[in-house]
Amino acid sequence: MSKSIVSLRHVDKWYGKNHVVKDMNLEIEEGEFLTLLGPSGCGKTTTLRMIAGFEDASSGTIEVQGERVEEKEPYQRDVNTVFQNYSLFPHMTVFENVAYGPTIRGIRKAEIQSKVSEMLALVQMSGYEKRKPEALSGGQKQRVAIARALINNPRVLLLDEPLGALDLKLRKQMQIELKRLQKKLGITFVYVTHDQEEAMTMSDRIAVMRDGVILQMDSPMEMYDHPKSRFVADFLGESNILFGTITAAEGRRLTIHTPDGDVLATGQGFGVGEEICVSIRSEYLNVSKTPVEGFSVKARVKDFIYVGTVIKTNLDLPCGQEIKLSRFEHDASLHEGDEVYIHWDAEKAVAIHDDGAAEVRL
Amino acid sequence: MTASPNRRLRRQSCRKFLGDFYAVIIYAIFYIPVLVMMVFSFNNAKRNYAWEGFTTQWYGKLFSFGNHDLWESLAYSLAIAILATAISVVIGVLGGIGLKKFEFRGKKFINLMLYVPIVVPEIVLAVAMLIIFITVGVKLGIGTIVAGHCTFCIPYAVVTIKGRISGDNETLEEASMDLGANRFQTFWRVTIPSIMPGITSAAFLSFTLSFDDVVMSNMLAGASQSTLPVLILSVNRTGVTPDINALTTIMVLVMVAGMLTVNGIQRSLRRRELRAAEEAETARLNAARF
Amino acid sequence: MSGPSALRKKRHSRLPALAQAGPVSVWMILFVTLPLLFIIYISFMTRGTFGGVVYEFSSASYETLLDATYFKVILKSFQVAVLTTVTCLLVGYPFAYYIARKPADVAARLIMLLMIPMWTSSLMRLNAWMLLFQTNGPVNNALMALGLVHSPVKFIYTDGLVLLGLITNFLPFAVLPMYSSIEKLQGNLLEASADLGARPAVTFFKVTLPLTFPGIFSAIILTFIPALGTYTITDMLGGGKVLYIGNIIKNQFGTIRNWPLGAALSVLLLLITALLIFIYSRFAKIEDMEVL
Repeated sequence: MSKSIVSLRHVDKWYGKNHVVKDMNLEIEEGEFLTLLGPSGCGKTTTLRMIAGFEDASSGTIEVQGERVEEKEPYQRDVNTVFQNYSLFPHMTVFENVAYGPTIRGIRKAEIQSKVSEMLALVQMSGYEKRKPEALSGGQKQRVAIARALINNPRVLLLDEPLGALDLKLRKQMQIELKRLQKKLGITFVYVTHDQEEAMTMSDRIAVMRDGVILQMDSPMEMYDHPKSRFVADFLGESNILFGTITAAEGRRLTIHTPDGDVLATGQGFGVGEEICVSIRSEYLNVSKTPVEGFSVKARVKDFIYVGTVIKTNLDLPCGQEIKLSRFEHDASLHEGDEVYIHWDAEKAVAIHDDGAAEVRL
Repeated sequence: MTASPNRRLRRQSCRKFLGDFYAVIIYAIFYIPVLVMMVFSFNNAKRNYAWEGFTTQWYGKLFSFGNHDLWESLAYSLAIAILATAISVVIGVLGGIGLKKFEFRGKKFINLMLYVPIVVPEIVLAVAMLIIFITVGVKLGIGTIVAGHCTFCIPYAVVTIKGRISGDNETLEEASMDLGANRFQTFWRVTIPSIMPGITSAAFLSFTLSFDDVVMSNMLAGASQSTLPVLILSVNRTGVTPDINALTTIMVLVMVAGMLTVNGIQRSLRRRELRAAEEAETARLNAARF
Repeated sequence: MSGPSALRKKRHSRLPALAQAGPVSVWMILFVTLPLLFIIYISFMTRGTFGGVVYEFSSASYETLLDATYFKVILKSFQVAVLTTVTCLLVGYPFAYYIARKPADVAARLIMLLMIPMWTSSLMRLNAWMLLFQTNGPVNNALMALGLVHSPVKFIYTDGLVLLGLITNFLPFAVLPMYSSIEKLQGNLLEASADLGARPAVTFFKVTLPLTFPGIFSAIILTFIPALGTYTITDMLGGGKVLYIGNIIKNQFGTIRNWPLGAALSVLLLLITALLIFIYSRFAKIEDMEVL
């Protein structure tokens, strides 16, 4: 029927009275790189673990390659997992770790030998066969973990924050390598992370989760440009969120009255008088000394922050809210304390429902 | 106040000297009885009361035919210790894993019961077991002694194993199942090897506890053969014969030698592993250069 | 397509839990719970004329415990056990501290050095103390040679030698738990305390001592209770002339054959143990008790 290689239908997961995954419907397509993105406790790891078979769904069905798997043990499922803390067997060498799957399956020694070599070459770990995991760096451990999971030729590889323990530089390098590996092998990757940048870099599609629910599932670009809710807008990239009431609607073009003045935005299915949020990415925000048609919000330049290649300008609105503007180059005409008007291309500002901010919950 | 660095240094070295001196005294208290025990294995007297001159005859007598009692006691002690260790390790390892991994009703109670043999005076448990064995009509002998020893060895084994299991073990087991191993394969190939050091120390501990035990062995023996410690206890008042000192001396030396050998083997294995890894690394680097 | 094996309901199998936690549970109930319950029961029964038990309720055993003869023994056992424990703590804590402040590899070797004597039969070590303190043994010879005494001092079969035996026997068991709790203490806490202006003594009483309390209490439990219940040490060094609770219990099951009395004394020891553990649980978690 569909091209879905993994599908979850009406899946719920309860831990006692905790409802951690709520009526989840998820179709994962063959060969795609799908990322489950969300803050900790959003249910993304639980979802992954249900696909792997470490957790049982409280209700609903899970199919892998069109076959129901809820009643199958993890070792009967044609998916493999790369764990967050590597989970290499400490008492085995790199070779024995990678050879574990085929050894269990009773494959001939010679064949195992050549398969392991092939896998280690794939992750650039040839020559480390005799080492114990304790003698490897974090990045090397992760490569071995990937080789160990891939040797079984799974149709789907599940990755649970595999780069979480690595330092930033190595993480960025591994992100690119993983993406290339996935393209080369053509295997479906289901990737769990709380790092939005990581998700943007690697994914074909992203599913943003919160409180056990998928809020939005789109390509990174679509998600970035057209967030459907305040949470998604907040979670991905840097957005300015303004609150207001719609005073006029011409087609998709909306005029919104905020406490500090009027702004323009784009959105569908909203009516005059509705209270909404406007999300505008900091790089799409403009300022000018004179009012621009449709905009009447004034702001005062507070300070400038240099973040490597980008210069961030913080501005204060009369109501006290702080908004951010980022540029690659410094605008020499702006000085601290200047009064300016903010404006933007109405197409770039998205009208969204307020479903709460993506605050870091402690 | 002058806080000259010189004075501070002197005070520190003085404190260090006092510490070392104290430690030497404490170690002396631990080692003096051992040395005295060894020295008296060379005592030229029928029974050990006072030093009556040097002889090595007791080591000769030990290996002569007339000395059945001592060897039989030793064999009996060894048999009991081996049996008790085997049973305690199997039950203790399974129990340690099970009590760590699973939640079930009555788990708290079992955990509490495991503390009982560790903290309650051994005589209480021995007497309690004795009464119930006699009342039920169990024949006292090697079986009851082994049961007694297991009862205090199992808790130590469980505690040792539990200390070895962390959250990591659970993910390792998941990784194993994820790679296609069923529960049984996972248990043997991953769970057991990953807690092997704990199993070894549990076995070592059980063996030592059982081998050196007097109370259970004495109370639960019935009319059977005496273990070595029970024999020592019974001859103590009439004087320990120096051949027992000789035997104990040999046993300590064997233990220490065995320990050193095991340590040495482990260290050389680790060194060899490290060297192999280094060689592989150089080979890899060389290969990468061309 | 799903095969029959896949459709088989994945049982939330109790089998692994049963296989792993089952044997230990059965063993503990069979050989700990039941015997202890039974001994409590027996302590309330009547003594048989020729030993053994007549199953009729009686509180005679507990009344006997209050007899002057028995009560004195109980009191003396207490005194000696307290003395042993206090000495082990006072001597053992600085020693444990000394080891714990050494670098990890040195500390491991020092602990090993502490364990080796324990591989020697404990009874033979006690016997060695006796040989040292014999009437014409090395200690007396040395004392006489130094002119400190004129005639040999009688050490053996005295409370003093029993106390020495108790202390040397239990000192390692006091040192080990205290060592592991001191070792867990982070050095930077002590530095923080010093940094905040506390003198070493203040740091010790305000930081070190409270944080190592679980280890100290474990040491108390591991020395006081066994010292209270021992009969081998008193038997070896007291020569049967020095009687403590342990000896009396043992005798009820040997020559004297008054089971209910032995059971009542055992119950007394059980109650004391329970009380100590209860006090401990008020201050710290039982799971944190250092028993190894």
